[in-house]
Amino acid sequence: MSIYGKSLISPDDFTVEELQTVVNTAREMMDTGMTAYQDLCRGKILATLFYEPSTRTKLSFESAMLRMGGSILGFGDANTSSVAKGESIADTVRVISSYADIAVMRHHKEGAPKLAAQYATIPFINGGDGGHQHPTQTLTDLLTVAKYKGEFKDQVVAFCGDLKFGRTVHSLIRTLARLQTKKIILVSPEELTLPQNLYRELLERGIKMEVVTCLEGIISEVDVLYMTRIQRERFFNEADYQRLKDTYILDVHKLERAKSDMIIMHPLPRVNEIAYEIDNDPRAIYFKQAECGVYARMALMALQLGVM
Amino acid sequence: MMQVTSISEGIVLDHITSGNGLKIFSKLNLAALDHPVVLLMNVPSRLLGRKDIIKIQNIKDIDLAMIGLVDSSTTVNVISGGKIISKHKVGIPEEVRGLFKCSNPRCVTNSDTYAEPIFHLVDAKSREYACEYCEETTKYRL
Repeated sequence: MSIYGKSLISPDDFTVEELQTVVNTAREMMDTGMTAYQDLCRGKILATLFYEPSTRTKLSFESAMLRMGGSILGFGDANTSSVAKGESIADTVRVISSYADIAVMRHHKEGAPKLAAQYATIPFINGGDGGHQHPTQTLTDLLTVAKYKGEFKDQVVAFCGDLKFGRTVHSLIRTLARLQTKKIILVSPEELTLPQNLYRELLERGIKMEVVTCLEGIISEVDVLYMTRIQRERFFNEADYQRLKDTYILDVHKLERAKSDMIIMHPLPRVNEIAYEIDNDPRAIYFKQAECGVYARMALMALQLGVM
Repeated sequence: MMQVTSISEGIVLDHITSGNGLKIFSKLNLAALDHPVVLLMNVPSRLLGRKDIIKIQNIKDIDLAMIGLVDSSTTVNVISGGKIISKHKVGIPEEVRGLFKCSNPRCVTNSDTYAEPIFHLVDAKSREYACEYCEETTKYRL
């Protein structure tokens, strides 16, 4: 088993053992402190190819590489690159492969990072493709649960909100199935349910699942509550977005029935699905989750580059 | 009874469900071939009642995936020296490349010419295929 040189386009690209290795390495980094790794990637360059706006993913990748002593280059807006001139993904990636040692791509087209990885000669990372996959958020989520909750096989995990377009959900839920999570509860309006192919895959894996439209009815049995944003940018119709955007808002009243040691996660950014009053509740760990994102990406890149 | 002579080299597509012969003829663009091609429709069949048959002279390399998509019950007979040297049912293809488009408008295969649409069979009964790139399922329809 070796992650050295491997690309990460879908969480399925890594075995369960490899995912565990990344999480364990990230935990070790968290426990040791960042300064111990400040020269780990000296001389290495990360290319950040962001065809779609991003705050957390882009900055956490950049922070991760800079904290390990490496350098970064790239773009955060397709309009400022040769893409605006009509350059194909394949051509961009072929060139970037000679400029950097590792690359991360975010793209609004689903499957674009997979296409890019076919032409890249350096380890390639999917930083989110449309409503499809977001594997480094999955690593972040695995690290967060491992650190603040424990093993997945003991957890009842509820996903709430936009399960249709939420790429973080798609990536994590498939991985939870591989990790034999105790139970998965899917909470969404009927218009935003999990894609059929993914739902069918979970059924085939024999995972215990429950599908509901109401959060209040199940919150008392949940160990990990994963809230998501209704994604305006994925809707073709503004009216549909307006109708669904306030479906689930987690507030103090709803939390009254939740377990005292339940954790509330959110990939961020949030809009209004978690009331600000929840931020001071000890169960709200979404900002700690964002911090885990830097360590998860540090560990991933260090292992892909073979420096750990 | 109409008489069509046998071919000595080439392919005979037999047991095509009556009515699908013309679709296969069209999908494989057989009209553009430089070799003799015969499409027989509504031929009496002990097995099917009626069937279509396509005979293609001198060609042995053919897109079996497309035939399987249109009519998986088709039998492919490869003829050489006037004899059948191989015979098999095409079945429903497990993998299909470039023959239809992904139904997901956000899929990269619908916007990037480098990305050839590739699909993997997920449900033979409903002809549902999952896209290699975006994983969205698409039902193949003629």
